Amino acid sequence: MKALKTFKLGGIHPQEYKISADKPIEVLPIPKTVNIPVAQNLGAPSKVVVKKGEQVKTGQLIAKGEAFISANVHASVSGKVKKVDEVLDTSGYKRLAVTIQSEGDEWEEDIDTSEEIKKEITASQQEIIDKIQEKGVVGLGGATFPSHVKLKVPEGKTAEYLIINGVECEPFLTSDHRLMVEKGEELMVGIELLKKGLGVEKVLIGIENNKPDAIKYLSEVASQYENIEVQPLKVKYPQGGEKQLIKALLGREVPSGKLPIEVGCVVNNVGTAYAVYEAVQKNKPLVDRVVTVTGKNLEKPCNLQVRIGTPVQDLIDKAGGLPEDTGKVVNGGPMMGKALTSLEAPIVKGTSGVIVFPKGEATRVTQKTCIRCGKCVEACPMGLEPFYLAQLAEKELWDRAEENLIMDCIECGSCHYTCPSGRPLLDYIRVGKPNVGQMIKNRGN
Amino acid sequence: MDKLVISGSPHVHQNTSIPKLMYMVVIAMIPAMLVSFYMFGLGALRVFLIAVLSCYLFEYLIQRYLIKGPITINDGSALITGILLAFNVPSSIPWWMMVVGALVAIGMGKMSFGGLGKNPFNPALVGRVFMLISFPVEMTRWPKPIVSREYFSFAGVDDKVLDTVTGPTPLGVLQEKGVEGLSQTSNYADLMLGQMGGSMGEISAIALVIGGLYLLFRRVISWHIPVAYLGSSFALAAILWFANPTQYADPFFHLVTGGLILGVFYMATDYVSSPISAKGQIIFGVGAGVLTILIRVFGSYPEGVSFAILLMNAATPLINNRFKPKRFGHKPAKAA
Repeated sequence: MKALKTFKLGGIHPQEYKISADKPIEVLPIPKTVNIPVAQNLGAPSKVVVKKGEQVKTGQLIAKGEAFISANVHASVSGKVKKVDEVLDTSGYKRLAVTIQSEGDEWEEDIDTSEEIKKEITASQQEIIDKIQEKGVVGLGGATFPSHVKLKVPEGKTAEYLIINGVECEPFLTSDHRLMVEKGEELMVGIELLKKGLGVEKVLIGIENNKPDAIKYLSEVASQYENIEVQPLKVKYPQGGEKQLIKALLGREVPSGKLPIEVGCVVNNVGTAYAVYEAVQKNKPLVDRVVTVTGKNLEKPCNLQVRIGTPVQDLIDKAGGLPEDTGKVVNGGPMMGKALTSLEAPIVKGTSGVIVFPKGEATRVTQKTCIRCGKCVEACPMGLEPFYLAQLAEKELWDRAEENLIMDCIECGSCHYTCPSGRPLLDYIRVGKPNVGQMIKNRGN
Repeated sequence: MDKLVISGSPHVHQNTSIPKLMYMVVIAMIPAMLVSFYMFGLGALRVFLIAVLSCYLFEYLIQRYLIKGPITINDGSALITGILLAFNVPSSIPWWMMVVGALVAIGMGKMSFGGLGKNPFNPALVGRVFMLISFPVEMTRWPKPIVSREYFSFAGVDDKVLDTVTGPTPLGVLQEKGVEGLSQTSNYADLMLGQMGGSMGEISAIALVIGGLYLLFRRVISWHIPVAYLGSSFALAAILWFANPTQYADPFFHLVTGGLILGVFYMATDYVSSPISAKGQIIFGVGAGVLTILIRVFGSYPEGVSFAILLMNAATPLINNRFKPKRFGHKPAKAA
């Protein structure tokens, strides 16, 4: 048997814990109130276009993305705008959000909410891009980069491959997995739309080998289409990082500081492809997403279809409630997700999972001295020296941190994961990056 | 509900720690320890106990009274230094020399630089070389395996019989008498099992390789330094041998005698004092291999492993600066 493809440099194998992998997607009932942050995407925050007291319908535009990199935000329930004010969001900071008191679920008339799968593509390339922009679709893998921007290939560059990211390399998370197994037909239409929007011929879908059902099913569905190939990949973290994924699939290396388009690729998550399908074929804005709710001690780990703005608490209640010994709740994957300060924080477009950790696993071990074992260097998928970057950041030697490529760090956390001394290497690097970034910016002026 | 814990990602961690890694190294050294007990009897046990206990004691005293910092004697590193130090001396070493060696290894080799993780040189080798230079007679008097067993006890060795139960190492013979002299020493099978004069831990290549493979298999060490070190010393010895087999010993002889295998797997691979990147580790290994053979063949000491590794330890910061890991998304030609 031929060895499965993967990326070469670095990488780790954390325990998978995909305990919710066989739980079908359930629809979470409409919450009483939703808090919809207006800055859910990478880039500029959007401008609120509704007022307090106003009645809104599900799918109605409530904040408009006006900058080049920004995205529209829509009401995820119908009802009355209770306030437009700052709320604590998943980042742990207070951010501007629209609070809607839900009164049923009345959708905008032009949205097709039927279950019927609409395969025929009538929209032109420009119409596809416009629709994606209008309906507020952003990258659902976690980075939440506005999707319409990705489809506009910069002048002088050509896109050769559309790469669909079904890797889901984070332990615990299964939302993309369920989407691939349950919504394969829709997904494929979404991929066709992205293909047309981008103007490329070839599509590769990368899926790690721990999801054989998804690989088998999507390969079957893809066989009805031209030039869509499912590529099984060896399980290795962080293969879902786009640079690692491109390397694994095509052997191409995105140059430092550049985007995938530099090597002729555009990468989109499977969740994004599904959202594109809904936006273009069903006229439906991004008002809900699939979220994995999981944890070793959770009673009923599950995959839920959740309206944007739903409090995390609602999801945990659905999964059987917060276990006694809970120490930490994480928004996102265990490797890159953020610890939540409050369970009232709303689900946003970028939330792929909610993970509950017991007390014993919530706190870090006391950090010990660095013994220069080089495990972090071995694990780093970018070929950096995390132990050294952490030292440089600790000593605030920003120019040397820059020379040692601190800005190449993708913050995957493999270094801290492997460190036998329990050193929070990524914390230090995260402190260093904005400082180095500022230094580079100042130099440019 | 209590307050939730807030910390940066990642939220999961590999089940590893410094003591875990260190104790795996200790496990790897057990076969060679057993061989030394078998070959040298109680004398060997005596030296091991003195070395290990001294290392623990000095580390504790220095941390407690000089540095006045946290006590970290349980991290396993003092145990490794103690065992390695014992591995590197003959079983007839007087007890107080062993204590002095441990003091130099822990005090000068490690704690003077700030403790574990800060030492540029392998502490056990610092202690060993200090002893070799300070006590040249006692450090080069090699009890014969098995036959010397009964003359050793916890109290040490009876001086009267010392001369009759000690003999030279194969490398010593090579140094003195040249290749012709080697025919008097044992065959390769005996050499690999440990039937030769030498330091307590270095005599059995087989026992050392078993432990080394365990370390590689458990991924405590990577293959780069051992392969580069073995390969380069073998290659250089082979070149010399091909050039003149009557003057130079054959490369297999160099591999199985002296402290080469011990150095390759247990001392050159020391995390703290060896390079970080794969490239750097290969250069380190090649350098150590070449220096070892050069010292053995052309130097005034019959054995060169300790010096070779210490010299490469000194070069490690330079290697680390010059040879960075392979970077993602950068042209390979870019120099650091």
